[in-house]
Amino acid sequence: MNTYRTHIMVCGGTGCISSGSDQLIDELNRLLIETQYDGEVQVVKTGCFGFCGQGPIVKIHPDEVFYVQVQPGDAKEIIEEHIMKGRRVERLLYHEPMEKRKVKEHKDMAFYKKQYRIALRNCGLINPEDIQEYIAFGGYEALGRALTEMEPADVISLVKRSGLRGRGGGGFSTGLKWELTRQAAGSPKYIICNADEGDPGAFMDRSILEGDPHSVLEAMAIGGYAIGANKGYIYIRAEYPLAIHRLQIAIQQAKELGLLGKNIFGIGFDFDIELKYGAGAFVCGEETALIHSIEGKRGEPTKKPPFPAESGYRGKPTCVNNVETFANIPPIILKGADWFASIGTEKSKGTKVFALAGKVNNVGLVEVPMGITLREIIYDIGGGIKDNKKFKAVQTGGPSGGVITEENLDTPIDYESLKAIGSMMGSGGMIVMDEDDCMVNIAKFYLEFTQDESCGKCTPCRVGTKRMYEILEKITEGKGEAEDMEHLEQLSYMIKDSALCGLGQTAPNPVLSTMKYFRHEYISHIRDHYCETGSCKALVKYRINPEKCVGCTACARVCPVNCISGAVKKPHSIEESKCIKCGACYDACKFDAVIKP
Amino acid sequence: MTIKSLEELIKIREGAQKKVNLRQSGDDGEDIIEILVGMATCGIAAGARETLHAIIEEINHREIKNIRVVPVGCLGYCHSEPVIQVNIPGEEPILYGKVDSNKAKEIIHHHILGGNILKDSVLINTFQRA
Repeated sequence: MNTYRTHIMVCGGTGCISSGSDQLIDELNRLLIETQYDGEVQVVKTGCFGFCGQGPIVKIHPDEVFYVQVQPGDAKEIIEEHIMKGRRVERLLYHEPMEKRKVKEHKDMAFYKKQYRIALRNCGLINPEDIQEYIAFGGYEALGRALTEMEPADVISLVKRSGLRGRGGGGFSTGLKWELTRQAAGSPKYIICNADEGDPGAFMDRSILEGDPHSVLEAMAIGGYAIGANKGYIYIRAEYPLAIHRLQIAIQQAKELGLLGKNIFGIGFDFDIELKYGAGAFVCGEETALIHSIEGKRGEPTKKPPFPAESGYRGKPTCVNNVETFANIPPIILKGADWFASIGTEKSKGTKVFALAGKVNNVGLVEVPMGITLREIIYDIGGGIKDNKKFKAVQTGGPSGGVITEENLDTPIDYESLKAIGSMMGSGGMIVMDEDDCMVNIAKFYLEFTQDESCGKCTPCRVGTKRMYEILEKITEGKGEAEDMEHLEQLSYMIKDSALCGLGQTAPNPVLSTMKYFRHEYISHIRDHYCETGSCKALVKYRINPEKCVGCTACARVCPVNCISGAVKKPHSIEESKCIKCGACYDACKFDAVIKP
Repeated sequence: MTIKSLEELIKIREGAQKKVNLRQSGDDGEDIIEILVGMATCGIAAGARETLHAIIEEINHREIKNIRVVPVGCLGYCHSEPVIQVNIPGEEPILYGKVDSNKAKEIIHHHILGGNILKDSVLINTFQRA
């Protein structure tokens, strides 16, 4: 067996692969062979490090050096300097935006300091395509202990006591869900992993499946043992090809070692997992719609009760849990309910993974203890707002949630507190918006998404969201009328009260919360036909400030309709009737002389 | 092969852990012993790479945990290469000179495991930890 002195970990998550990490790995391997260092240095393709905005990521063990934005062309310098001569490649180190310093070691990075990784514990640490590495870091011990040392009822009571709640957004007690499915009459029973992640901008579940697929398989087997199921399904969208690929490898490897299949750990318990691919419909994240889709029927929800715990897949008791929920199970079994319950707030235990996106410096995946404030996530971990702009709002819960403003940034995050301020935990999408984002436009964006994703089974959702979208479209085009806000509000409550499933019941939330916190923006759109951020194209009016204009002609040259006139070195002006509001002049001006809106 | 008991799993784990040990040691924080190996041009020319290999092999062979071996740049003692520095938490860092493969094994045996400094090979021990 070769003993490697150095491990070069290269992120193999979808984000880093799309910015070239596969080529980087090839190049590193080629250079190692060329320099004959291939026997002592190993290149490992890992799961997501979470620091996606700075990818491709390379971490070198044991020195704990963390390189960012590494291109295939940088491989040579890493090998020649770092690997051969032990010198860090300074220019590839991460540069902390708040402190203006280069960060040498992984543990010093502000991005990781406040994180607490349970669900993401192995992401970036192991090669997800090698079951041996998962086992090396304690993998499958939880399954072994649960099967050989515990009764199913003990497992359920342990999970119940830990306080773990559904990470898909609902926040229902996982232990209780398991117990209800166990107690329900009927057999066989089924356990399903909901990997139909559909919120715009969210990729928590994908990263877990790509970076640590075995943790989900192990947890499903534990869940199957607890509720009395011998068959598990992972419902995953076909748009996640890498996650599917890694899951297939993981299932195969687990079967080879007898960790899935017949007579696991010699106690006579059989458990098998099958993948089911979804076509990427948002509504299939709703558990009844998901079950129908697995059955081969249309992905449409049915009313609850009966809950899947009583009558789910093929009318049998079925337990549906989210990917992240499952990823928490093995550590809970190994470290105990008290350990897990010691993390977080009174009612929300443990950690939550968030996909941080939008106008924030460190775009990526973060796992934080419940009870942390949004301010800490956005400023300490996220590194603040991009380009020193002003924070405006953050949307949590995706199209089902709402905006949270400056005044609520210090709210400790948990299921209840987010609900109290008009948003929700959701599955973990977190989109940060700055002063350039128009809130009416944001609400329109989410409604466009939900009206498109509505399955059409119930009228309030099918027709209601469409009507809401049309009203919002009218407002952003400057054709809003005084009673539009009242109509929006009425429709919102009507849909919330009468829609069949969670999709419709929560779809009006972005509108309600933006109307609550940014009412003045709606009013100025409707009454004054004015959008203060300039993002509503129809309302923008470009003008040139004659005091700032130096007459460089840059704007006139880029204008596609030649509506800017003026002599060289004299202030220019825009002819409003001809302007098509493309914004090219605004981008071209180096002197901030073009003003919008 | 299939795993049929917790014991079998743990046995497989022990084998697998050896391959990934060096990833873990870095995260544990304070109690890590560090061996820094000077790997500048002069060090490599004098055989630092062989020294590094010998150290890794010996650590693996003796199954020493909580230790990490880090190749570093020039330590500035080109006359005595290969140079290695041993940092044991709570102790003065020790700098050894002219460390070949055999000397490296001795250092691990006597100094790291036995706690006795190899006085004859010490270059200097009155400087701050790098």
